[in-house]
Amino acid sequence: MPSQVTLTVNGSTVEVPAGATVAVAVAMAGQACRISTSGEPRGPLCGMGICFECRATINGNAHCRSCQILCEPGMEVETDE
Amino acid sequence: MSRDSQYRFDVLVVGGGPAGIAAAVRAAECGVRVGIVDDNATLGGQIWRAGSAEGDKKEAAGWRRRLRPAGVTTVCGKRIFHQSEPGVLLAEGADDLIELSYRSLVLATGARERFLPFPGWTLPNVMGAGGLQAMVKSGLPIRNQRVVVAGTGPLLLAVAAYLRSHGAEIPVICEQASWSSLARFGAALISRPEKIVQALQLKKDLAGVRLVANCWPLAAHGQESLDSVTLSRDGKPESIQCDYLACGFHLVPNIELPILLGCQIRGGYVEVDDFQETTAQGIFCAGEPTSIGGVDLSLIEGQIAGLAATGSTGEARKLFRARRKARRFATILERTFGLRRELKSLPSPETVVCRCEDVPHSRLQRHTSWRAAKLQTRCGMGPCQGRVCGPATQFLFQWNPASVRPPVFPVRVESLAGFPDVMEPEHTVGTGGTA
Repeated sequence: MPSQVTLTVNGSTVEVPAGATVAVAVAMAGQACRISTSGEPRGPLCGMGICFECRATINGNAHCRSCQILCEPGMEVETDE
Repeated sequence: MSRDSQYRFDVLVVGGGPAGIAAAVRAAECGVRVGIVDDNATLGGQIWRAGSAEGDKKEAAGWRRRLRPAGVTTVCGKRIFHQSEPGVLLAEGADDLIELSYRSLVLATGARERFLPFPGWTLPNVMGAGGLQAMVKSGLPIRNQRVVVAGTGPLLLAVAAYLRSHGAEIPVICEQASWSSLARFGAALISRPEKIVQALQLKKDLAGVRLVANCWPLAAHGQESLDSVTLSRDGKPESIQCDYLACGFHLVPNIELPILLGCQIRGGYVEVDDFQETTAQGIFCAGEPTSIGGVDLSLIEGQIAGLAATGSTGEARKLFRARRKARRFATILERTFGLRRELKSLPSPETVVCRCEDVPHSRLQRHTSWRAAKLQTRCGMGPCQGRVCGPATQFLFQWNPASVRPPVFPVRVESLAGFPDVMEPEHTVGTGGTA
């Protein structure tokens, strides 16, 4: 298995260690995961799929909990911007 | 919608942490068909997540090794959201829907961190203590990052040691409990040699790190992300720069699924008998949902539940003594890391309490119950379904978030299609205590 995985976050290429979750890729891209109902940037809180703060669109599927999904080569991740 | 896969088990275990793995192994070694289902990508739960401490790894590996020879079927990345009929659970994966049926069920749903609101707690890079650790275990680079660790509970020390071993700088660990309760905690450990070994290891790992009692975060500051934290230290504010604030206030049990399945709750935990059976016949519960007692208690309870679920009550009985001893530790934990009253005044009127719906403290204050607040402010109505703000408002306002309705987690519309019963009325917690 390759030691790095390459994917895109909001169109920019990010390289993460194999086994990293999508939440990690978003953080490494310097992005917030979502914008709250009142317009605040939010990132992961619980890291275990409970809080839903890390949700992002992954390969076109909206509202994925990015902290529970592993990065795959070529994955396309979109966050609220 | 049709089910993509159907699984049939004699014993189904929900939750792949220590309690669930122990239950699955012991049940399967009795010769019955056992499945274990978890919503994460791999088994291990939070404490045995890949990359945890060496000692844990050895114990975890020992248990994991027994899963395959015993014939346990592992189903990962699937989250249970509904019981379609008695003995049948539905779970959703990234792009599929599965059905799991069972004769006996073991619920080992674990615990989550308790989060308390304070100004700035919604800034990115303010995370749970376990939350940040999980992110680092999942690949987040932490080398040379400055992390303030705060809140309460033994998890803070374990997290600080872990982050430090991965290159983080830990300027301070803030524990809201008093020195005197920490000292009593230390004294109580003397009867538990294995805990002392762990404590000494932690002490070595944390040599030179400042641990401060009577200390908690007053506010986190920053524009788009975190710059600094103001702490209350012995009643005086102290400001400190950092890249991350890892902050959690001990743990709360995940009891939503047990409630949905009709298990009685007592004092906030799932009520079980000597064999870990809940008040719902054939449904057992083990680990943190029955009391916050850590990995040792979870392993014992998991084994008892797994054995009892196959009718091997004689074998299960042999573990009762060990469980009694481990439960004493749970009592000590609860006594030591109870929350101090001052934490109730941390939120300012504008501080968001419900992060899903951005409901500020000022809008909640005027309500008298969780239900009224939900109906009028949407607090607890977002995707986390009150898993974060529920325990917070329970502490802040003494509200009881005491009902659960299916689906127990948000799911895709297509997963619900064909299940009109998902829209049935709320399942209310039994009246066995102060749930």
